[in-house]
Amino acid sequence: MTTDTADSAEAVEAVGVAPAADPGFLQRYGAAIEYILIPGAALIGALATFGAFVALYGKNPLDLYFYMYQGAFGTWFSWQNTLTRAAPLILTALCTALPAQLGMVIIGGEGALLIGALTATSTALAMQWAPPLVVQIAMVVAGVIGGGLWITLSGALRQYRGVNETISSLLLVYIALAILNHLVEGVMRDPASLNKPSTREIGATNMIGTIPGTDVHWGLVFGLVCAIAAYILIYHTTFGFAARVAGGNIRAAKIVGLGVGKLIMTICFLAGACAGLAGMIEVAAVQGRTNANLAAGYGFTGILVAFLARQNPLAVIPVAILLGGISASGGLLQRRLGLPDASVLVLQGIIFVFVLASDALYGRIGFLKGKS
Amino acid sequence: MDFSRISRRHLLQGGAALALGGTIGARAAHAAETTIGFIYVGSRDDYGYNQAHAQGAAALKKLPGIKVVEEEKVPETDAVEKTMESMINLDGSTLLFPTSFGYFNPHMIKIANKYPKIRFEHCGGLWTEKDPKNAGSYFGYIDEAQFISGIVAGYSTKSGKLGFVAAKPIPQVLRNINAFTLGAKLANPKATTQVIFTGDWSMPVKEAEATNSLIDQGVDVLTCHVDGPKTMVENAARRGAFVCGYHVNQSPLAPKAYLTGAEWNWEALYPKFLKMITSGESIPNFYRGGLKEEIVKCSPYGEAVSAEARKHADEMKAKLIAGEYTIFKGPILDNKGKTVIASGVDRGQKDPELEKMDYLIEGVIGATS
Repeated sequence: MTTDTADSAEAVEAVGVAPAADPGFLQRYGAAIEYILIPGAALIGALATFGAFVALYGKNPLDLYFYMYQGAFGTWFSWQNTLTRAAPLILTALCTALPAQLGMVIIGGEGALLIGALTATSTALAMQWAPPLVVQIAMVVAGVIGGGLWITLSGALRQYRGVNETISSLLLVYIALAILNHLVEGVMRDPASLNKPSTREIGATNMIGTIPGTDVHWGLVFGLVCAIAAYILIYHTTFGFAARVAGGNIRAAKIVGLGVGKLIMTICFLAGACAGLAGMIEVAAVQGRTNANLAAGYGFTGILVAFLARQNPLAVIPVAILLGGISASGGLLQRRLGLPDASVLVLQGIIFVFVLASDALYGRIGFLKGKS
Repeated sequence: MDFSRISRRHLLQGGAALALGGTIGARAAHAAETTIGFIYVGSRDDYGYNQAHAQGAAALKKLPGIKVVEEEKVPETDAVEKTMESMINLDGSTLLFPTSFGYFNPHMIKIANKYPKIRFEHCGGLWTEKDPKNAGSYFGYIDEAQFISGIVAGYSTKSGKLGFVAAKPIPQVLRNINAFTLGAKLANPKATTQVIFTGDWSMPVKEAEATNSLIDQGVDVLTCHVDGPKTMVENAARRGAFVCGYHVNQSPLAPKAYLTGAEWNWEALYPKFLKMITSGESIPNFYRGGLKEEIVKCSPYGEAVSAEARKHADEMKAKLIAGEYTIFKGPILDNKGKTVIASGVDRGQKDPELEKMDYLIEGVIGATS
């Protein structure tokens, strides 16, 4: 797990140092502490580097940290802003994190999101006679199946045709976008949507709304449930164990008789299902219909989230919140400090580099090794 | 929401200052002045749609007692809802300009319902009676300026072939292409406009390809309707073609090739809106206008524009301003030979039928689908 704020990372460091006298403690928890300490330190390093970068532009880095904190976590409003932005990222990150267990690099979550949105919208439009709950459940099923099959396509191309899944999933994004535009500007177009081609609206009663007492839509809960379920699936079931074995050494897995093809297809389906669900939620909680607005890049930010979380489904949650917070505070940085929009991308890039570079530190921190 | 209670000093004392300490001059988020928020879908310096609005915002910044906050590259998702709320809650904005078409429904409508005391002015939307009263939409009949560009282009072309790089075949874009072509035919009855649709608002690579392909086919004057005309203008100028600009004045990008252009005049409209608000006059929820109302304007003529072209264009501009000329006057055929505006029918500036335009007129080479 990574940490959200600088001070909690500090606190962790304090915990990590204090019981060093007890080697038994370190032996037991050393690895876990590493997983918190190293990304935390990488994050602090990235923030410090970004501060220096901003100082070069003549802005006060302390102002920067203050506004980042205020914009992302400083107020209740900021928290809701952060969580709203994190919600789709959890799901799209799972689209990369799950196939990564099999050693596959899938970067086409955006495509599955668009197809999920499209299938969910079509279902809702075809079921206008049904009561809202039935429509909503049907939309979830449609989004899951649509997105799931889309990524399964990449998995099948890899399994049966030897096509690299990274390339195919990326190219499928552009195909998904073309299908979406074709349908939205063609047969599915609402004739009343003159200057913004869109499908008809799914209807206000079919929208899934927000979590009571907040502004955050239910997508966050869907994301949390999926992330936890994915974690249990990967780390606490025989299916997950088989997937990790195949991911570690595919030939060994075949020799011990694991159905690798079936594993690839199932995991790809589940991965696409998560992104498809994100698309369904964008329609049912935010946009109310399908149009080109859905291609907002959640699928691509999800890749970043998955890699920062080291492909751990549970770690995806705090990382998505962190990136949600960075994007929530981006507006404040533009407005108060006059920084360009790209500064947020610069920060994301710096964090990415620091976290990837910090990978080299695992197992090399002396005091965490204990005496074995 | 208790955000106002958290001051910077508070936070620094709270230990997050990481022992750096020190006192910094506090900058209050809420001042006695009026704060106006601008939200752009692209970057403010795109030489196009967003820059036109940023120029309007810059005109407001010069006024006393006005503070402008701006945010660029805000997608048309719930992100824009959060940006609007953030501008209201954290910056104290009382007037917001969400300037992209896709911000209107559902995003701005939702936030306008939630904050009935805040005024929202949206560019391009079609406000109707069922929408919140504290929201409004404004737009300009920029096809009038495109018509003038068409006249200048018609005089300047040697091949008689004009080119149009367009984003999507939606009514606003089709109206610009048709008005441009009608202007060109006034100057040169044999002129044709070849149109290429790139499929989206900001596709620099496709825009460059479209520009090159049009010039390869003999087109020698180009214009466009995409978010950032920079790509088309620079590429066309490099290939030796003339250009008519769009959104803002692009002559600094191609001083020799620039003939004229259809520009927004937000720097005139926004201070006017503010004056209406401060004088207690209400801004009509549905606000439209063209050259006469100074919502759109034509770029100053470039050096390559002949005296004859200037004279004819100025004459037609004066007629449009005086309301003596109708651009879409029947009979008009589409490019498949079907009559789209019958003889004797005048479709004036505000005619709602023009808002539904789905055809390309005779003289345009291209298809809407």
